[in-house]
Amino acid sequence: MNKELFKYTLRLADNALVLGQRLSEWTGHGPFLEEDLALTNIALDTFGTATSLLEYASRVEGADRNEDSLAYFRNEREFYNTLLVEQANGDYAKTIVRQVLVDAFNVLLYTELSKSKDETLSGIAQKAIKEVTYHYRHTSSWVIRFGDGTEESNKKAQEALNELWRFTGELFEMDEVEEELIKKGIAVDLKALQPKWEKQIDELLKKAILKKPENSFMQTGGKKGIHTEHLGFLLAEMQTLPRMLPNAKW
Amino acid sequence: MSDSQGPIWEVFVQKKAGQPFVHCGSLHAFDKEMALQNARDLYTRRNEGMSLWVVLSSAIVSSSPEDMGPFFEPANDKVYRHPTFYQIPDAIGHM
Repeated sequence: MNKELFKYTLRLADNALVLGQRLSEWTGHGPFLEEDLALTNIALDTFGTATSLLEYASRVEGADRNEDSLAYFRNEREFYNTLLVEQANGDYAKTIVRQVLVDAFNVLLYTELSKSKDETLSGIAQKAIKEVTYHYRHTSSWVIRFGDGTEESNKKAQEALNELWRFTGELFEMDEVEEELIKKGIAVDLKALQPKWEKQIDELLKKAILKKPENSFMQTGGKKGIHTEHLGFLLAEMQTLPRMLPNAKW
Repeated sequence: MSDSQGPIWEVFVQKKAGQPFVHCGSLHAFDKEMALQNARDLYTRRNEGMSLWVVLSSAIVSSSPEDMGPFFEPANDKVYRHPTFYQIPDAIGHM
């Protein structure tokens, strides 16, 4: 097994899986019917990407775990998603701000990953680009609507941004896993994405009349399996059924 | 009509290039861009189309039930308006 490739694919997969799970919590609770469906669509796209990536991770691993066992039978410390995607939904402004930060990152990530020498990752990325491009269009228009809306909506969006900003540094963190795979032309150089991401977010925040928080201390750990208190609860909810009835079919 | 969900928009979907835009339903949205995005998410999730129109319901002028008689009944007895009195040469084939 290629250990680096397995871990790299799991990191990508877990970001999608955990975010999809978070977004799906809104299903049936959206601010109004149309937006409820829009966010559910985004969650479904995200689960689709997660499924493809987990399926590939299980092939790379070559053990007896399939995509479902990877999703349902790993514990918190074995999840490698970034801290940002596991943060609680909060109000709608917070969900949307979290999403726009990730969407802007994903557009850049998948654009680069589509050029990967690993054909499977490149294929998954090519399919995901169109989806995340639409997600960004949707969520960025909401950020502008909140920021440039009423005093209250601006305040809520700004508070969400201030709270979530400390988790954005981790998006661009790299370790030996990435470094090894960048040499082989497989992984994306995240450091190179950072200035592009910042430029895009700067422009969006300007349009939305929101203030960019200062780059102070950045939280980190998710990529190594060390998470905030939120992930455990999310996994408990996501995994409870398959763990109670491990061989259930439906 | 408007409430806390914004005004109502009518959605028209074109299935293929060259085909007419067909009305498929309505939705709530606060502006044009949101109406277009909501139309995409509500009415084209299953490959229903390749192009979308959205229009404010309030911008549509419609006939009312009282208009039915004067508007449509005069056409009832004018069969000669149907192009069925012509022989179409075989060479033309299906029109």
